[in-house]
Amino acid sequence: MAARPERATAMDHLDRLEAESIHILREVAATARRPVLLYSIGKDSSVLLHLLLKAFRPGRPPIPLLHVDTGWKFREMIEFRDRRVAETGVELIVHLNEEGRAQGIGPVSHGASVHVDVMKVAALKQALDRGGFDMAIGGARRDEEKSRAKERVFSFRNAQHRWDPRNQRPELWNLYNTRLGPGESVRVFPLSNWTELDVWQYIRREAIPVVPLYFAAERPVVERDGALIMVDDERLPLRPGETPQVRRVRFRSLGCYPLTAALESDATTLDAVIAEMQASRQSERSGRVLDHSAGTSLEQKKREGHF
Amino acid sequence: MAPLTQLRLLTCGSVDDGKSTLIGRLLADAGVVPEDLLEQLARDSRRYGTCGDALDYALLLDGLQDEREQGITIDVAWRYFATPRRSFIVADCPGHEQYTRNMATGASACELAVVLVDASAGLKTQTRRHTYIAALLGIRHVVLAVNKMDRIGYAEEPFRAIETEYRALAARLGVAQVTCVPVAAVHGDMLVRRGARMPWYRGPTLLEHLETVVVDDPATTAAFRLPVQWVSRPDAGFRGYAGTVAAGTAAVGDALVVLPSGRRTTLARVLGANGETDRAGKGEAVTLVLADELDIARGDVLAAACDPPALADQFAAHLLWLGDAPLLPGRPYELRVGTRSAVAQIGEIRHRVDVNTQEHLAARRLDLNEIGEVQISLDQAIPFEPYAVSRTLGGFILVDRISHATVAAGMLDFALRRAANIHWQHLDVDKTVRAALKGQRPRCLWFTGLSGAGKSTIANAAERRLLALGHHTYLLDGDNIRHGLNRDLGFTDEDRVENIRRVAEVARLMVDAGLIVLVSFISPFRAERRMARERFAAGEFIEVFVDAPLALCEQRDVKGLYAKARAGQLRHFTGIDSPYEPPEAPELHLHADRDSALAMAEQVVRAVLADDRA
Repeated sequence: MAARPERATAMDHLDRLEAESIHILREVAATARRPVLLYSIGKDSSVLLHLLLKAFRPGRPPIPLLHVDTGWKFREMIEFRDRRVAETGVELIVHLNEEGRAQGIGPVSHGASVHVDVMKVAALKQALDRGGFDMAIGGARRDEEKSRAKERVFSFRNAQHRWDPRNQRPELWNLYNTRLGPGESVRVFPLSNWTELDVWQYIRREAIPVVPLYFAAERPVVERDGALIMVDDERLPLRPGETPQVRRVRFRSLGCYPLTAALESDATTLDAVIAEMQASRQSERSGRVLDHSAGTSLEQKKREGHF
Repeated sequence: MAPLTQLRLLTCGSVDDGKSTLIGRLLADAGVVPEDLLEQLARDSRRYGTCGDALDYALLLDGLQDEREQGITIDVAWRYFATPRRSFIVADCPGHEQYTRNMATGASACELAVVLVDASAGLKTQTRRHTYIAALLGIRHVVLAVNKMDRIGYAEEPFRAIETEYRALAARLGVAQVTCVPVAAVHGDMLVRRGARMPWYRGPTLLEHLETVVVDDPATTAAFRLPVQWVSRPDAGFRGYAGTVAAGTAAVGDALVVLPSGRRTTLARVLGANGETDRAGKGEAVTLVLADELDIARGDVLAAACDPPALADQFAAHLLWLGDAPLLPGRPYELRVGTRSAVAQIGEIRHRVDVNTQEHLAARRLDLNEIGEVQISLDQAIPFEPYAVSRTLGGFILVDRISHATVAAGMLDFALRRAANIHWQHLDVDKTVRAALKGQRPRCLWFTGLSGAGKSTIANAAERRLLALGHHTYLLDGDNIRHGLNRDLGFTDEDRVENIRRVAEVARLMVDAGLIVLVSFISPFRAERRMARERFAAGEFIEVFVDAPLALCEQRDVKGLYAKARAGQLRHFTGIDSPYEPPEAPELHLHADRDSALAMAEQVVRAVLADDRA
């Protein structure tokens, strides 16, 4: 038969990434018993939410969002989260490790490592167990970090949520093995093949709302151990001699605010942010305090159940 | 900025050929490695590096702790970079034979392969292997990077000799496009910059070639195919079929056919990534609305009505075995192709292919990383296309139904037409009629347990009792069957699978004849007992687990077999050097260390009769 003529413009690389991610989200909806999307409010989560809405139009997404709150997120992040949920009408579950909160665990009093273990990793396992979720979608990208570069799109976890990097299921074409035994689960990464630049270019192309902290503004910060830490509110106890000073800063990556360094910047628009990133000679997670403790620290965290 | 196109490529070669160094250096010279990572590279080079004081670019790529410590690449590492001309996804694949499965994983996602050779060593066995696997997975474009030109004084002649030899090899293995580039990855020559040491080479640098090569995709001009992934029914007024277009284009108003049902309809609406549109093209994730209300589910294929794919349930296929346990012909596996699942059995291994020499070898099983040409049959007819035409409708995986591991990657070659010519003969007298005449419910009582557990003794007593009660029975005993029907089979894992398959089939025929069949076989593997179970209707199959501790069986040793096995005179003996997998949920669990054989036979009879009254 005669082939139909092709459309005038072929798919560019953002179209291709978008289609691949939508395919993965639909595969989750079609095969999971109880899926959930880990929404962490950052730029990658914003893209995920946008793709989730697209994948299931004209219906509402059949997958709820889960935010694991540590109690130490920037105020603007929580405001943004609640606004987006109201605008999009998606279902949101918020989980906070109440035992950890009762013990007063925090990044300043207990250090980054204990805080992350209790309020993020343990909290995440609690939330997944309580919800009985068998597939949890996350926004991680392979270009973020070395151990992520090895991870599958559908990444298997045993009943203890552990990842075994030496024994991953082979993953061929876009055929995903979604079979699970009792208590087992998968973490699913629809943005596996996206880079940080792809994420920002897509945000610009699709006009996706993101937390204003990504854009430069005058903000109160203290310089601590060589990093600029924002004094978001009274939750951050100041050390002797520290006085907040107002600087023009923005964030490249958003986590718990005492663990996320700001960078001095004048980029107040998406174009400026993208231009700044293309000129930047620093990798994305250089602002995350946790990643510097040891060369393989994230791999270790991931084996234990962290995203 | 003009939209970028994307190229997905894999790199293969061994650490000795400098593969990780080549990719690391390519990224660094292309200016895409951030400064803090270069600083970390300097730290890592001092700690783990193999290049003395110089930067060991390979460390940019090897990500897992074990890999850095052992200086090897175990799994595929995915790398991402963009130049002003193109965006690249690189699957950096391990080169050793024991990681063939990981290389295939990488190749399945790629359009082009960069195969590395060491200029000072020439083509090696692994060059053949890498090229063969790339060709097998359907890669049409190969770049041969002849590395370590510095070791041979940047001389043209040896490079040309390697090029000539490789082009002949690639042609034999079916690679359409070959480009050869001389490089010295350690120094960066001909990767991004030309350098001054090889003026005789007039072709593109490696990066130039990757930026400009046109990878034709045959699927864009083929007829329309969309495997239905998810049915969208948000409310009574909307019913759409979501999926990714595997090939071709369909426009609103086009005639489509639904497979395997064969129902025809017309495309009414297309919802694309950016909302309502008028056509759906290859690679797009869309939701289609059809003019007619049809019963369509995940796994069905929507295709151009004028040129639909064929349906078949038996195929010739290439199989790459990925599982730690070997492929056993006859054992059922779950097959996934497109968005469809089916139950598959490998009927016959026609031959195994030596990945190093491509020689065809006789084989009765496939082990990890082995490739074979097999005959495969499914429990249903599926829409398909040969892998050479469509990766989506011709590429499949096999999943073990008990461990859930992905155990094989397969490529459908062609359909075997035999199934179409042997039609099922419809008969007027059926199982119900025959069973009614005998006044009983036909059944299969499947006794499983260790040798010496007492299966045959219990089955024998139970049969006598059932006969006394007026039932029509037959006892199939493992030892007896091995004297006749199965006398050609031994005790290897493959033969045990076939042994059970034949017995299950005979039992099924006897149940169909209306009999109560007692099967007394060790049947050590869960997968085969499940295969037997699936031949029967619900409630027909009663698994009887004769549970006796190994020590007790060995102490009894009625046939003297345990003694022989312990003495090493008998191999593959269940419980000694061959495993027994106890049933997880048998209908009847007998405890041979607690009850007498007669008491247990009575339990069996009660179970049959109790069930009869229900």
